[in-house]
Parts: sequence; structure tokens; C-alpha cells
Amino acid sequence: MTTVTQSAATAHEAAEKDTSQVEQKRMIADHFEKLTRAKAEGKKVVYTFVPGNLTELIGALDMLPVLPEINALQSGMRKKSGAYIAEAEKSGHSEDVCTYVKCDLGMLKNGNIGPTGTKIPSPDLLLLSYTGCFTFMKWFEILKEEYKCPVVMLHVPYQSDGEITPEMRQYVVDQLRDVVIPAMEEVAGKKLDMKELARRLALSKQAEDDLVAVWESAQNRPSPIDGYFGGVYYIGPIFSAFRGTEDAVTYYRMLRGEVEARVKAGEGPMTPDGPAHEERYRLVVEGPPNWTHFNDFWRMFSREGATIVASTYTRVGGLYDTGFRHNPESPLESLADYCLGCYTNLGLPTRTDLLESYIKRYKADGFLINSVKSCNSFSAGQLVMLRELEKRTGVPGGFIESDLVDPRYFGKANIENRLQSYLQMLEARRGRASA
Amino acid sequence: MRVVVGIDLGSTTTKAVLIDEDGQVVGRGITNSRSNYEVACGVAREEALIATRFTSLQRELEKLGKQESARKEMIHEAFRMELYLDELAKLTAQVGRVLKGLTYVGSRATLAPAADEVLATMAEEAPQLFQVGVARKSDFFRDLAGAAFVAASEGVSVRRNVPYERLVGLFDRAVLDVETQLTTHSFGDLLARAARRVLSEDSPETQAALLEAVERVAKQPIEELTFVGTGYGRQTLPFPKDAVRSEILCHGRGAHRVFGGTRTVLDIGGQDTKAIQVDEHGVVTSFQMNDRCAAGCGRYLGYIADELNLGLHELGPLALGAKRVVKVNSTCTVFAGAELRERLSLGERREDILAGLHRAIMLRAMSLLARSGGVENELTFTGGGCKNRVATKGLGELVVQNYGEGITPDAHPDSIYMGALGAALFGLDDIRAGKPQILPTFAKAAEAAPAAQ
Repeated sequence: MTTVTQSAATAHEAAEKDTSQVEQKRMIADHFEKLTRAKAEGKKVVYTFVPGNLTELIGALDMLPVLPEINALQSGMRKKSGAYIAEAEKSGHSEDVCTYVKCDLGMLKNGNIGPTGTKIPSPDLLLLSYTGCFTFMKWFEILKEEYKCPVVMLHVPYQSDGEITPEMRQYVVDQLRDVVIPAMEEVAGKKLDMKELARRLALSKQAEDDLVAVWESAQNRPSPIDGYFGGVYYIGPIFSAFRGTEDAVTYYRMLRGEVEARVKAGEGPMTPDGPAHEERYRLVVEGPPNWTHFNDFWRMFSREGATIVASTYTRVGGLYDTGFRHNPESPLESLADYCLGCYTNLGLPTRTDLLESYIKRYKADGFLINSVKSCNSFSAGQLVMLRELEKRTGVPGGFIESDLVDPRYFGKANIENRLQSYLQMLEARRGRASA
Repeated sequence: MRVVVGIDLGSTTTKAVLIDEDGQVVGRGITNSRSNYEVACGVAREEALIATRFTSLQRELEKLGKQESARKEMIHEAFRMELYLDELAKLTAQVGRVLKGLTYVGSRATLAPAADEVLATMAEEAPQLFQVGVARKSDFFRDLAGAAFVAASEGVSVRRNVPYERLVGLFDRAVLDVETQLTTHSFGDLLARAARRVLSEDSPETQAALLEAVERVAKQPIEELTFVGTGYGRQTLPFPKDAVRSEILCHGRGAHRVFGGTRTVLDIGGQDTKAIQVDEHGVVTSFQMNDRCAAGCGRYLGYIADELNLGLHELGPLALGAKRVVKVNSTCTVFAGAELRERLSLGERREDILAGLHRAIMLRAMSLLARSGGVENELTFTGGGCKNRVATKGLGELVVQNYGEGITPDAHPDSIYMGALGAALFGLDDIRAGKPQILPTFAKAAEAAPAAQ
């Protein structure tokens, strides 16, 4: 998500920039700068995924993370994903394959130039620390062939019963201790310093506390944040290279301060057209956003006065608002809980419970599902969830379809039609209720 | 009379519905959608105004007695012919301009007299098109004149040794301009011409009484209180944003107005299909629609009709003659076209294949229905497909198969107007809520021209 924030900052150039945004931009530039120098300075590079990322562990071993999903969504925002996907399809990947994967492979074939215009260094290790998404496994299988580098895999059991049992936790801890950490140490060329890991986990916790305060601020009317479109900027640092760093702590403290100031001033969130003027609809959103037309998509909401008060996508890299925190007292156990607690590792009943709690806690007028073609982890079962949530909350659900980074799957007129119909439906029902 | 106008600008046709202040439908109009959306709206609205006046004429004639009342159809057909002849005059002028624009003088010299003959034949044969009791394939000028032009060109091109394609090409070029110009007709003049044509053999007293009734109707003021637009092209409607409503809400509301017990509405339009759930007030509670691809929508049948060189309206009646339903695997429009050709080459009957194609559409619609929440009691079918008996019958069967015997499938013959009706009802809400009147530019232009009434 780091690069998302960077693009967001660009998109907001016309509008006033928050200090936190400027800070985030600096952090990202620094990180890519480090990546550019990595090979020359003998630093090891680890490719890994957002869900279940072990950033503190990577940092404690003095290695640098690269997140291919984020590169892919960045390519989507920079309008490069269409050509990259076409490139991957030329080499035999079907139209039905996850478009993040194809976009990443296309970028690789085109010199692996990252969002800052410099070449992203090749990986020394592919760290697959989350297996809730089967595609991740296949993705790294392909990258392994391309880069001829080792893969280390952490098998994460599915939370089918909605809880993490002691056995599940122990199973992950054992793998971390016996397989993952030794493999990482070998690549890093050094032993893991448990004190350094604990220090980083303590920093993570501080940032996590502040991020939760930011999410909770959406209970205000108007909400000072957009918890989906704006939210993807807020998760940038914590879901990627910065969790467990002083930079992240500073960023989230700053962000929280800004949001609290907006609450005091009674202000709504920022939109691509500047500060929001009214809050006509409060929505909860399930599913990832579309990246190829991100601002167009956002404007479809913001111009109708629709603010997203909570979203599940912004929890893909950590469900902090249900209480989880990284814990320096029990480092491996908390890393295990983090990986097990990924949003897409939860069964449909748990996800439905979570959405229900958001709808109620944030007093939403409606909830909307953006079902993406690419991601079965997200999309399977969404209609079942929709019906169940309507039944439980009486709040009407809406359904739109797009994709992550394949521009061919963004039908602007169709999405706009559905969204406007949905919002007008909320309005009509509201009118009926007041009558 | 004070009316609210609802306009549904669809991808294939544009519909207008006029309702009075009690919410009763007083007139409906339809035309083919064309490159100029404003003109399409203007024509549909004018058609609805005409229909409204004919409703009034019917009442006036009823007052004069049963025998006179029966004349309404005759006057109506004569009126439509006058409209047709007016449009034909515009077409003739435009063909003249197209001919003038031809760069090769030689082709002009041979084409011009041939075109004159074709157009003269069309005018001569017009009365045959507008006889009471004769079913026309379409009421759209483009369709009627196109068919007549093509028919007349076949003989003329042979007799005059003029290339048929070039002759017909003149129509294709000229009609584009004719149908994108909005001309407001003088209802009174047209109706008087029509009435005179019908009444020429009546006694002077009867003529006077009837012409007086015609004049009263023509002079009756119709005040348009406000407009609400909807449909595929609603973003491009010449209306402000406040006067535009989602077609999903409008179809739900319109269908519920006609079938008060319905809770589920299926609208199969030209390029999208919508499954809509409504509450007891007609307010939408949930909906699903096709995503990006227009497979299984009205255009699918349009494409198949083109492939078979048939009119869209001919498909249903033909499919009724099916002895078996051929299983068509593809709902992709293009693939279905290929499948159609393949089946024909294997010797399958056209009727049987068409039955299969209809079923393929309905199966796709069933999937959307299921996703929107299924059918509980009653299902109302709206959109252009409602006039197709095979489509309505097939849908009814599938609904019963999937949701049980207790389900009532409805399809009103005027279901194509449900979106426009819903829009008009929203407009009436706006007026009752004290919202300001909204008149689109074409309505203002028409108001400024008194001859229009």
C-alpha cells in the first residue's frame, strides 16, 4: 500500500495536503531509495505479500521487503496494468488468472521498473507467510522459476470455526521457529536478535493503537475519514514496509492528530475534489477497490455525498479493531495470531459477523459489495453474506462488480448505474420510513 | 389538462408516459432511439401528447353517439398517415439534398428519377399501410419508410437499370438527417386533414359536428407540470440532474403501480437485464443486473433477427411454431450467432432453434433473478421482450419450475412503458412535494411555438 499513498498524494495535488501525507510520501521515497541501493550495499531483498506479512521479522534481520501486490495495484493506478496483463496473457496466462499476478509478471517482463521509475531489485528470498490465498502459492512458484531464488513457506490454517485454537497457534509458531526463521537467517547471513524483534513489535503496537483510533473516528457525524478510498492511504505504512519502525509510529500519531482535529472542527473527509461538503449516506464496503479507475470510482461516491465509514479491505493486513495487537512479550505467538487473523482467512460466518458489527457500530445507512473478478478469496460467498446481513440488520445491501487491475473489467456506465440506483434506493426507503 | 411527463430513454426505444394529477395514465408514446437523444425524447413526448388528445377525442366522439365513437380508429389511422406523409415530404427533400451532394454527375442523372419514382410510389401506397385493422410491423417512420423504400426500389432498380444498393443507400443517408430533426407538428392541422379525409362522404351536418369535436380536442390546453427522465441514456438527457432517476427504481415503481401485489420485477431491455425486488410500496429493496456484457438481453434477439434477415417482432411468432426446443449452449450474442448458423447447416428447423435461443435468454435471466433474492409471490416482466409471447411463456414456465406453482407471472401488454410510468410517478411526487417545475429544452421550444398545439 505504500505506493498507493504516493499516488493518492499526486491525485490530491490540487487539494490541500495533510502533513501526514507529506510524511508518508517521504517515507516511501526513502524506502524505494534503499531498495535501489540494496544490491550495491549488500542488503538482502525479500518479496512477500500484504496479508500475513512478517515485516518486523524482515526488518529485524536487516532485510528489505518488496510487496508484488502493491506494485501491481500501483501499476493499475498508473494506467500501466492493461499492457502488463496483455504481456502476461501473451506468455500463456489465461484471462481468468488473478490480474495482480499477471500485472506483476508483465511488469517483470518489462524490466521490473517500480513506481518511482527505478528498477526493483530481484529477490533473495520469496517469503510466503500466508497461504489463505492459494494464488499466492502459485504466484511465488512462477517467480521462483523467474528469479531462481529460494522460497520459504509458512502454512497458515484456515479459521473455519471462527477462532484460533492453541493447536493452530502452536503449529504456526513451530513453523516460524523451525523453518521460516532459519531460512531467513540463512539468506540474511545473520542470526535473529529476539530483542530487536521485540523492540519492533512494541513499535508496531503503538502504531496499531493510533490506526484503530483513526478507524473509530468514523463513528462521528460527519465522519472525518473515508474508511475505504481514504482508508487505503492510511493502511499504506502499516501493511507494508513500515510496521515496527519509528517512522510508522510518527506517521500514525500525526494522522491521528489530524483526524482528531477534523472531528473537533466538525469536518468531513478529503475527496479527490477537496474536502467533502456533505454526508448524505454512510456506507460500509466489502471487497477491494478497483485500482485502474480509482479516482473515478471514488468520485462516484463522493459526488453523491456517500462516505465509507468502514471497510473490510482496509483490514486485509490486520484486524486491529477487533483487538489484535502485536505483542513484544510473546513475539512468535503474536506473529502467528497476526497471520491466522487475516481477513480472507476468516470463514463467511465470521466475516458476516464483522460486517454486521461495522454496520451497527458506525450507524451505516447501507452496505455495498464490490465484487472483483480476480479474487476468489474475497468474492466467493459475497451474495450469501449480503442476504444474511440484510436479514440481520434491515440495512439494504448493494452489489457492484469490477476488478483489481484489469481495466477491461471496469464498466464505468454499468457501475455508475448500479451505484446511483442503489443510493436512490436508500433515499427512497428513507423517504418511505419518514413518511 | 395538467400532466406530468416521464421519459425512458432506452438503448433501442424511447418511451414517454403522461399522467394526470391523480396519477392516471393519459397518454403513451414511443419512438426509436437515435443518435440525437434530445430528438428521441421530443418525438416520444409528442407521440404521448398525440395519444392523450386521442383519448380526449374518444370521449368527445362518445358524446356524439356510438356510431361516431367507432370513427376514432379511422381518424386515428388517417392521422398517422398524415404524419407519415409529412415525414415522407421531409425525406423527399433530404434525398434531393443527398443527390445534389453526389460528386459524380452521371450517377445523379440516373439515380434522381429512380428515387423520385420510389418516393412517389411510397406516397401512393401510404393508404394501404394505414387501414383500420391492418397490423403494421412498426409505427416508427424509419421502419415503415425503410421497408417501403426497399420494396419499391426492387422493381424500380430493375426497370431503370439502376444499381439497387445505390438506390437504397440514398434512404440510409437521408433518413439519418430526417430523424434527428425535431419538428413539432400542428396537431390541429393534422387532425383536421385526417378528419376531412375520413368524413368526405358524410353529410354536412355530421361533418360539422365531428369537425367541431376535433377542434375542441385540438384546442384543449395540455400543461406539462414537470418532467422526469430515466433509462440507459439518462445521463445525456437534456434534463437537470434533479429530474433524472435510476431506471431500476422507475421500472420497479412502474411495474408495482400496474401490478400492486408484485414483489419481483424482471426487466429485459435492449442492452441490460435487471432483476428487481420491491416492497409493498413499490420501493426497490434489492436488485441485480447483468455485468458489462449484454449477452442475454434484447439486442441478442435483435442480432439473431439480423442473422436470419427477419424483423425483431417476427421472431416470437416464428418460435411459437417450434416442435422442439433446441439446446443452445451459448448466451454470448456472437457465439449464439455462430451456433445458429451451425444448427441451420445441420438441418435443424429455424423455429426450433429460435425456441432454444429464447430459452437461453430466459435461463440467464433466471440466474439474475436468483441472485437478486428470487421470486416469492408474483413476477412482473417488463421491457421490450414482453411483446414476445415465446419469451413470456418461457419465463412463466421457468419461474414455476424454480419457485413452485404458487407464483403468478405477469406481463402487461404495455410493459415496455413501465420505466417511463415510474419516472412520471416520481415526477408527481416531486410536484406534490413542492419541488420546482422542470421543463427540458425541447418542451420549452415547443411551448414557444403556438402552432405546435
